[in-house]
Amino acid sequence: MDRTEAKKAAQRNQIFHKKGIVAVFFAMVLACLWLSGRLAWLMIFQSEYYMEQADELHERERSIKAARGEIYDATGTVIAANRTVCTISVIHNQITDADQVVEVLSEQLQIDPEKVRASVEKYSAREVIKTNVDKETGDAIRAFHLDGVKVDEDYKRYYPFGELASRVLGFTGSDNQGIIGLEVKYESVLKGIDGKILTMTTAAGIELDSMAEERIEPVPGNNLILSLDMNIQKYAQQAAEKVMEEKGAIAVNVVIMNPQNGEILAMVSVPEFDLNNPFTLNYELDQPVTAQEKQDLLNKMWRNPCISDTYEPGSTFKIVTATAALEEGVVSVNDSFHCPGYKMVEDRRIRCHKTTGHGSETFVQGVMNSCNPVFIEVGLRVGAERFYSYFDKFGLMRKTGVDIPGEASGIMHQPEDIGEVELATMSFGQSFQITPLQLLTVASMVVNGGTRVTPHFGVAVQSADGSFIQELEYPVEEHVISEQTCETMKMILEKVVSEGGGKNAFIEGYRIGGKTATSEKLPRSLKKYISSFLGFAPADDPQVIALITINEPEGIYYGGTIAAPVIRDIFENILPYLGLYPEYSPEG
Amino acid sequence: MAKKTSRRKIKRFYDYSLLAVIIFLCIFGLIIVYSSSSYSAQLKIGDSLYYFKRQGVIAAGGVLVMIIVSKMDYHIYVRLTGIAYIAAVVMMVLTNFTPLGLEFNGQKRWLGVTETLSFQPAEFVKIAVILMLASLIDKIGRKIDTWRGLVLAVFLTLPPFILVGMHNLSSGIIIAGIAFVVCFVGSKKKGIYILGVAAVAVVAYLFVEYGDKLVEWHILKAYQLERIDIWKDPEAYPQTGGWQVLQGLYAIGSGGLFGRGLGESIQKLGFIPEAMNDMVFSIICEELGLFGALCVLLLFMFMVWRFMVIANNAPDLLGALIVVGVMAHIAIQVILNVAVVTNSIPNTGISLPFISYGGTSVLFLMAEMGMALGVANRITLEH
Repeated sequence: MDRTEAKKAAQRNQIFHKKGIVAVFFAMVLACLWLSGRLAWLMIFQSEYYMEQADELHERERSIKAARGEIYDATGTVIAANRTVCTISVIHNQITDADQVVEVLSEQLQIDPEKVRASVEKYSAREVIKTNVDKETGDAIRAFHLDGVKVDEDYKRYYPFGELASRVLGFTGSDNQGIIGLEVKYESVLKGIDGKILTMTTAAGIELDSMAEERIEPVPGNNLILSLDMNIQKYAQQAAEKVMEEKGAIAVNVVIMNPQNGEILAMVSVPEFDLNNPFTLNYELDQPVTAQEKQDLLNKMWRNPCISDTYEPGSTFKIVTATAALEEGVVSVNDSFHCPGYKMVEDRRIRCHKTTGHGSETFVQGVMNSCNPVFIEVGLRVGAERFYSYFDKFGLMRKTGVDIPGEASGIMHQPEDIGEVELATMSFGQSFQITPLQLLTVASMVVNGGTRVTPHFGVAVQSADGSFIQELEYPVEEHVISEQTCETMKMILEKVVSEGGGKNAFIEGYRIGGKTATSEKLPRSLKKYISSFLGFAPADDPQVIALITINEPEGIYYGGTIAAPVIRDIFENILPYLGLYPEYSPEG
Repeated sequence: MAKKTSRRKIKRFYDYSLLAVIIFLCIFGLIIVYSSSSYSAQLKIGDSLYYFKRQGVIAAGGVLVMIIVSKMDYHIYVRLTGIAYIAAVVMMVLTNFTPLGLEFNGQKRWLGVTETLSFQPAEFVKIAVILMLASLIDKIGRKIDTWRGLVLAVFLTLPPFILVGMHNLSSGIIIAGIAFVVCFVGSKKKGIYILGVAAVAVVAYLFVEYGDKLVEWHILKAYQLERIDIWKDPEAYPQTGGWQVLQGLYAIGSGGLFGRGLGESIQKLGFIPEAMNDMVFSIICEELGLFGALCVLLLFMFMVWRFMVIANNAPDLLGALIVVGVMAHIAIQVILNVAVVTNSIPNTGISLPFISYGGTSVLFLMAEMGMALGVANRITLEH
C-alpha cells in the first residue's frame, strides 16, 4: 500500500511541475514576441529598403530607343531618315539547344561559329552577338524561334541621298549621336528621349507576364526642316563635279543662298563623301595607314571647306572695298582713274593683272575691269583705320553664326600693323583670309539693301507627329549700309557681268550681278590658284546669291573664264526653278 | 462489472480546438508548399503539383496516424519506449556509418535505399527521446533532482544527441532543447537549469565576440565562424553564404503589411533555393505580409498554449511530460526556424513544422500530435 502510494505520489502531476510548464510556456511566448517584433521591424521599417533591393534584383530594365527626328529639305523631302536595324543577343539561361543557336546565328550573321559559341556558353545575363543587323536578317533569325535568342529592333540613321550635302548634314555614330554637321548642331532637337520597359524577371531572367510592366514611352525627336533644296544641291554638285573634272581641280565649293534672309539653298564641296559609309575614305589610299592616320584622314575628309577653310578672297573682295569707299564718300561712280599697269605704294610697285594697264577709266569701269590700281587708290583714300572699322562693321572680324559646327574665323592683320602696303593689298582682297561663307554673307548684305543676315540651314523644328512647329529665328542687323550705296553697288556689279570681266555669267533675259576673282594660294611661289565667282540674280532685287571657288585648277585659271560659266549654268537651271523667269524686252 | 459501467459513464475530454488548429496548419502548409514549390517543380520535374501531391498524400496518412495514436492509451505504447530508444540509436548508427545512410544535397540525413524509399531517422529520434525521458522521470520520480538522476538522464540523451548532431546540428540542438525542457519541468530544483541557460548564453556570446580567437585555438571550426560572420552582416557575402539569408530578407521585406498576395511571391521563382523547405516562412511573409506571418505565429502559440493546458491537466506525470516534450519540440523548432529566416540567429537548417515540405517530418509530427491528443483524451471531466 505504501509503495503504491509513493508511486502514485511520484506519478502525480504536482504543483512544481505545473509551475515549470507555465514557465516554459511563457519563455516560449516571450521568444515568439521577440520574433514578432523582429518581423515587424523587417516588414514595416526595413520594408522599403528590402523591397528596393528585391526590385533591383527582379527588375530588368530595357530601354526603348527613341526615334531620332528626321531632316527635311525645303521641298519636304526626307534627307535624313531612320532605318530599322536589329541587335542580336543571347541569354545563356534560356538557351535550350546551344548547337542550333550557334549554327543558325553563325550562318545568318556570317560570324565565325567559334565566336558565337563563346558568347553562347558565357554565363551572363545577356550577351550581344551583333548590332546593326538588317531587319530582313533579324526577321529571318526570329523565324527560327530559338529559345534564348533575342532580336531587338533599333534605329539607325539613313541618308537617302548618300553623298548629297554630306558635310552639311553630317552623320551619326553607333549610339545615334551626331558626329558632324547639322546632326551635331541640332542634336538636342533631333534626339528624342529614350523610353524604358521595366519588367519583373525570375532568377533565370525570364520575364513574368503576370507582373504589370512599367512602361515609359519614348519620345521621338523633333524633325528639322531646312532651307536646303536637294534639287538645287544636286544640280550644283553636278556642276561642281563637272568643272572639277574638266579643270583637274582638287576641290570645288559652291554655296547658294537667299541674300534677303540668309537661307542657304545649297552648299557643295566636292568631292563629297557617302553619308551612309562615313568611315570610308572617298579615295583610294596609296599605302596602308595606321588607325590614327586613318582617323586624321577621316577628319580631313569630314571638314567643310565652305565654313572651316579660309582663303584670300582676291578680287571678289573688291565689292567690300568699293562699298566702304562709297559709304565714306571718298569715291563716286564717275571719278576717273588712270592705270599704267601698276601702282607704287611706298617703295613697292604693285602690279595690275593687266600689265599693259587699263589706261583712263571711271570708278565703275575700274570695277568692271577689276583694276588693282583703282582699288589701291580707293583703299588708300578710305585709310587704314576706317577700312579696318568697316571689316568690323561688316562682320568680317567674327564668325557668320551659321548653324553648323566648325566655323573658322578670318585671319586678319592687327590694326596697328596695317601700313600703306598692307592696306593696298587688302583693298583688292589679299594679305588676309576669310571663309567663302563670310564673303558670301558680306556680299549678301551689299546686295540686299544693307541688312546683315545670319546664314543658316535650319528653318523650322517640327514635332514628330507634326502637331507643333517652331520657326527658327536668327539675328539680323539692319541698315549696316545705306540703301543708296547698295543700289550703286548692284548697278556696278550688274555691269561687271553685262559688260565687264564677269560676262561669262551673263544669261539672256536675266539681270545678273557678280564679280570674278583669281586668288593666288600661299605661298605665291607655288603658282597655285583659287578661281572664284560671286554672282547674284536678279540684280535689281536679288533672290539668289552664289559663290563658287575652284581650288587649284589646271591650265586656264582665271575666275572669269572658268568659274563664271559654272554659276551661269547653275543660274540658268535654278532661276526658273525658283520661279524667276527670263524677261525679254518686247522688241527682243 | 459495476466498475466497468462507472468507467463508461466518465466523460472523456478531447481537444477539438487543438485538432482543428493542427488540421488547419496542415492544409495551410499544403497551400504554401504548392505556392512555393510549383515553379521549381515545373522547372525540374515538369509537374508543378509534384511536391504538393507528395506532401498531400503523406499529410493525409499523417492525419490518420494522428487519430489512431490519439485514441490509444499512452500507457500502452510507453511500454515500447526501450525498444524505440534502441531502434532510434541503431537507425542513427546505420545512417551515419553504413551505406544505408543516404546523402542528398550534401547532407547525410536519410536512411533507406532510394530517395523515395527513405526517411529521416532524426525525426523518429525526437519522439524516442521524448518518450524515454518522460518514462524515465516518471519512474525515478524525485530522484531526477539528485545528481545520479540527472546524470542518468543526460547519459541517456547523449547518444542520440551526438549521433544526430554529427550530420544535423540543428536537429541535435532541438533534441537537446527537448531534453532540457522535459528535465526542467520534471525537476523540483530548477537552479541547475537556470545555470545551464546562463552557461549556454555565455558560450554563445564567446562564439559571437571571440569567434576568430576560438578558431585559432581549434575550438570552433572555420566554417562555423563564417556562419557567424554572415549572420552579422549578410550583405557582405551576397553571392556566397549570405545569398540564402539575403534572399529570405528580401522576401520578408517585400511583404510589407499585407504581402503581395497568395501565390504572388517573386522570390520563390528561383531566387530562394528550395523555397518550400526551410525558407518557407519567408514566402509566407512575402505573400501574406506581416499580418499573415503573425497569424501563423499566433496559431503556433495557440498550439503551445493548448499543450500547456493539456500538460497541466494531464492525469499523471507521464502524460504531462510527454506533452511537455511535444510542446518543447514544436515551440523550439518554430522559434528557431523563424529566427533563422529573419536572420535573428546564424543560419542553420530547420524546417517549419506542418508547413515546410518534408514527408518524414510531417508523418512523425502527426504522430506526436496524436500523442498529445491521446493524453488530452485521458483527462476526465469533473461533473
